[in-house]
Amino acid sequence: MTDIRYLAPRTLDEAVAAFAAAQGAARILAGGTDLLVQMRAGVVRPGLIVDIKKIGEMTEIVEPPEGGFRIGAAVAGATLAEHPRFGKVWPGVLEAINLIGSKQVQGRASPGGNLCNGSPAGDSVPAMVAAGAVVTIQGPGGRRTLPVEAVPAGPHRTSLAPGEILVSFTLPPRPAGSSDAYLRMIPRTEMDIAVVGLGASLTLQGGVVTAARIGLGAVAPTVLLVEEAGKALIGSRLDDAALEAAAAACRAACRPIDDKRGTIAYRTRVAGVLLKRTVAIAAARAQGGN
Amino acid sequence: MNVITDKLRVEDNKWIGQRTIRPDGADKVTGRASYAADNTMPGMIWGKVLRSPHAHARIRSIDTSKAEALPGVKAVVTAKDIVDFPLETSVMLGIQDMRWMCRNVMAREKALFHGHPVAAVAAINEEVAAAACALIAVDYEVLPHVIEIEDAIRDDAPILHDFAKFEGKPSNIAGTMTAKLGDVEAGFAEADIVVERTFRTRPIHQGYIEPQACTVSYSADGRATIWSSSQGQFMVRAMTSLLTGVPQSNIRAIPAEIGGGFGAKTIIYLEPVALLLSKKSGRPVKMVMTREEVMRATGPTSGSFSTVKIGAKKDGTFVAAKGDFYIQAGCLPGGPLRGPVGCSFAPYDIPNVLSVGYDVVSNRSKVAAYRAPGAPLGAYAAECVIDEIAEQLGMDPLELRLKNTARSGTKAAYGATFAKVTFEETIEAIRDHEHYKAPLDRNPRPGVKRGRGLASGFWYNAGGESSAQVNITEDGNVVVTTGHPDVGGSRASIANVTAELLGVDHGRVSVLIGDTASIGYSNLTGGSRVTFASAMVVTQSAEKVIGQLKERAAKIWKIDPEAVHWENGEARPAGPNAGQFPPLSLADLAAKASETGGPIGAGVQLNTAGAEPGFATHVVDVEVDVDLGIVRVLRYTAAQDVGRALHPSYVEGQIQGGVVQGIGWALSEEYLYDRQGRLENAGFLDYRMPVCSDVPMIEAVMLEIPNPKHPQGVRGVGEAPIVPPLAAIANAVHDALGTRFYSLPMSPPKVLERLDGG
Repeated sequence: MTDIRYLAPRTLDEAVAAFAAAQGAARILAGGTDLLVQMRAGVVRPGLIVDIKKIGEMTEIVEPPEGGFRIGAAVAGATLAEHPRFGKVWPGVLEAINLIGSKQVQGRASPGGNLCNGSPAGDSVPAMVAAGAVVTIQGPGGRRTLPVEAVPAGPHRTSLAPGEILVSFTLPPRPAGSSDAYLRMIPRTEMDIAVVGLGASLTLQGGVVTAARIGLGAVAPTVLLVEEAGKALIGSRLDDAALEAAAAACRAACRPIDDKRGTIAYRTRVAGVLLKRTVAIAAARAQGGN
Repeated sequence: MNVITDKLRVEDNKWIGQRTIRPDGADKVTGRASYAADNTMPGMIWGKVLRSPHAHARIRSIDTSKAEALPGVKAVVTAKDIVDFPLETSVMLGIQDMRWMCRNVMAREKALFHGHPVAAVAAINEEVAAAACALIAVDYEVLPHVIEIEDAIRDDAPILHDFAKFEGKPSNIAGTMTAKLGDVEAGFAEADIVVERTFRTRPIHQGYIEPQACTVSYSADGRATIWSSSQGQFMVRAMTSLLTGVPQSNIRAIPAEIGGGFGAKTIIYLEPVALLLSKKSGRPVKMVMTREEVMRATGPTSGSFSTVKIGAKKDGTFVAAKGDFYIQAGCLPGGPLRGPVGCSFAPYDIPNVLSVGYDVVSNRSKVAAYRAPGAPLGAYAAECVIDEIAEQLGMDPLELRLKNTARSGTKAAYGATFAKVTFEETIEAIRDHEHYKAPLDRNPRPGVKRGRGLASGFWYNAGGESSAQVNITEDGNVVVTTGHPDVGGSRASIANVTAELLGVDHGRVSVLIGDTASIGYSNLTGGSRVTFASAMVVTQSAEKVIGQLKERAAKIWKIDPEAVHWENGEARPAGPNAGQFPPLSLADLAAKASETGGPIGAGVQLNTAGAEPGFATHVVDVEVDVDLGIVRVLRYTAAQDVGRALHPSYVEGQIQGGVVQGIGWALSEEYLYDRQGRLENAGFLDYRMPVCSDVPMIEAVMLEIPNPKHPQGVRGVGEAPIVPPLAAIANAVHDALGTRFYSLPMSPPKVLERLDGG
C-alpha cells in the first residue's frame, strides 16, 4: 500500500541532496529508535528514509587538536560509553545519553536523533545545553553552526531548515576543575521518560564557581538554557543561598503543562530539587570526587 | 487416603518439592515456543477491528458497502452477524453472561467506550484490512459519557443501560451483592472504638506481555479450528459456540503457549469475530491485537470507591465490620463484587459483618478478571482501617491481627464455615522472620524517610472440573495430558507428581496440554485451581495406571494382582511370591503390553472439591524521597500457606509475581482518561508497571501445611499474594511519613502534594 524508499549514502553531500530533493517526504534514520516507533504508530509515513550511519563524519568521535570533542550525530550511546576519554571529561553528557531507552536501545539511539526528535523531555538535550555544545548543520546552502539550545523550536519541531541535516556536536575544551552531571525525575527507575530533566556543567577554582550552565528539560515546549540559574551560581561557593537562588531561577523558568506524566505544580517544584542535586554531583566531580 | 498417597510423605519424596527443569523452558528461552500470534496457515488472511471513536454513542446505522468493495477485502462482520442474546434472558457460561459478552465483542445498540468494536474486516493483508475499516461509515449519535464511579452514581449521570434499575430508578448501578453475619449495628454499639474511612483505587491492567491473538479456520464442512492464547481452550470453544451458533462439536480449540493472562484471558474478544470472518470469506483468518488495543479494549480490573468501618473493643477484639464497595464493571455489568464483599473481612473472626458490593457501569472497557478479582480492593480498605485501629489503640498491628484471626470453625460472612484455617501461621511466620525483627533506620539520609507496613489477605481458591490422561508409551515412558493452559507452572508441577507416583525418573515424563478434541472438559486456568485440580485427576489417573501395570505383571507371572507391589518404577512380586521373579520395569511391561491386554493408560475426569482457602501476610519496608515524592520498596517478605509446594520455584514465582503486581497497583499504575473519555496512556511507557529495577527481590516464605483434602496437600497459591500489597505499602508509607493516603496509586505528584500540606 505504501512504498518507502531507503537510501544509505556514503557522503553527506549525497545525503543532503536526496533529503532536500524529497521536499519534506523524507526522514533521517540514525538509530531509528524514535522514527521506527513513530512509523509503526502511523504518526509519520515517510516516502524516503535516508540512513546516515554509513557516513563517516556522522558516526565518529573526534578529539580535535584545539581540544574538546566532536561527536557525530549518529553515534550510538553505547559507542560513546565505550570511548576511553569522553565519559571522564563529560560524565554528565554521557550519563544523559545513556539514559535514553534501555540497554538494547542504547546500541542504536544517538544524541543527534534525540535532539532532532524535538521532544522537550529528551534526556541528552539538557546535558548538551549545559555543556555548551555547538551543533554543525549541513544543508543545500552549505554548513552552519548553532548553539544546541537553538535547535529545538517546539514540541517535535526544530529550527533546521528544509533539507538540513544535523551533522555533529562540538563540545568545548574543559578547563581544570570542570565537570557536569544530569539527573531526571522519572516515576520508575528506568525505561521511562523524564518528568523533569536537568543538566548542570560547572567549573570551580579554589572552591568558587567560575562558570556554570544549566539545561532544563520537560518543563516547557523546548529544553531551556536557564541563564539566571548559572548566574546565581557563578562567583559562589555553592552555599545554600546561591543554590536556592539557582533553584528559584529554574522554577521561574518552568512553563510546564499538566499531562499524564506530571502536573504543573509537581514539575515546577521538582525542577528546583533537581538543580540542587545535580549541581552537587557536578561539583563533587569537578573537585575530584567520583 | 490410599497406599500411594501414604507414600507421599514429604521426607520420602524424590520428585515432589524438587526444582526440576521446567518442561517449557528450553523452547521459551530459544524463542521456539509457539504463541498465538506465531500461527500461520496457507491461504490465511488478516482480520482487523474497527473501534468506536466515541466513549458513548448510539449506533444509528453501519454502512459497510465501500469497505466490501475495496479490492483485497474478503469479509466484513458487524453485530448483526454475532448471535444476539436478548436483554430479558440471562444465559450464563461460568460467571460470564452472554448478554454482555455478545455486546462486548461487538457493539450492538450502542458503542459503550472509546475502542469498543463496531465492525471487523478480513482482507489479504493488514494494511488493506485497516484501509477497509476506514471506509466503514458508522452513523453515531454521540451521547454524554461518564467515566468515574462517583460521577456514574450521581442522580444526573448519563445512564448507560435502560434496563439497569437501582432502587426502582434507572441507574448505573447494575447489581449488588451482600454478605451478612450477625447484627452489624448492634456490633458497633458494643465497640469502644470505631474507625471508618473511604478509599479510592484506579483501574489496573493485567499487563500480560502477549496481546490477544488467534487464527480461525472455518472449513467448507462447517467445522472450525481455533488456535489462540487463553486461560481455557474449553472456554474458547464454548463462548465462541454461543456467540457464533456453531455447535461445540464442530469447534476444535487448540491452545497456544500463553504469554501471560492473570485472569484477563478467561474471556475472549477475537475468536468469534475471526470465526465469522473465516466463515464468510472461506479463508483462515488471523487477528492480532496491538498493544494499544489491548490497553484500550481488554481488561482491566476495576477501580473502586469503598467505605470500610470496623469496630473494636479496647483490648482490640473486633466486634463489627461494615463495607460498602462500589466497583467498576466497565461498560457492561459484571464487576468482581465477590472479591471485596467476601474476602475483605474473611481472615478475621468478626461476629457482625455487613459487606455490600455495587456493580457500577461506566464508559470504560468491560473489566476482566485479574488475580483474586476484586479482593485487593477490599483488603486495601479493610487492612488500612485495621492499621489505624492498631495505631489508635496503641497496639502492634501484627498482634491486633493475631488476636482476631479466623480459626477452625469460624463462620465467614460470605457463608463458609472454615474447616482448617492457617492464617495465624502466616502472621507468626512474619513475626518470627528476620525482616520483621530487623531494626529500621527511619532517616538514613536527609530527605529520605523509611517505614514498615503489614497487611494480610484472603482468597477463596477453587476446585472444579478437570480431566487428565496418563499413557505409557510403547517404549516405557510416560505422557500426561491435561486440559488447562499452563500459566503458572502446572506442567512442571504435574511432571513432578507423575514421576513421584510412578517411581520413574522425571526426565521420562512429558506433560502436554491437550486441545478440546484430545482431552476431556477442563475448566479455566483461574481461581488458583489448576495445580490443585490437575494434580488430583493426574493422581487418580496414575493410580489406575499402576493398577494396570500390576495386573500385567501378575498376568506374566501368573500370580494374583493383589500379590504385586509397584515400587521405584518396577513391579515386584510380594507376599509369598516375594523374590520368586525378577522385577518388571515400566519398559518391560510396555514391551509386553499388546500381549498382556493392550495399551496401558488411564484417564480421570472429575469435578474436584476440597480447595481450602488461601491466607497471606506480608511485611514491607519503603523509602520515601520527600523532595520528589517517590516511594520505593526496599524490602518485601510474603508469607503464605501453600499447602505443598510441588515445584517450589514456581510457587515462589507466583508469590513474587503477585506482590510485584500489587506494588505497581499501589504506587504507579492507573488508567488515565481525557475529557472525551479516551484512554490517554494506552501503552507500557505511560501505563507505569514496575520494571525489574523498581522492585527488590521478594522473599517468599512458603508454609507447607498440607491441605488434608488433597492427595499431595496442595492449596491454591496464585491469587492470595496480590491481596495484601496495596494495604501493606500504604501502611508502610504512613509509618514513614505519619500521614495516610486513602487513594491509589501513591504516585509522586500525589505524595509530594500531601507533603507540601495539600
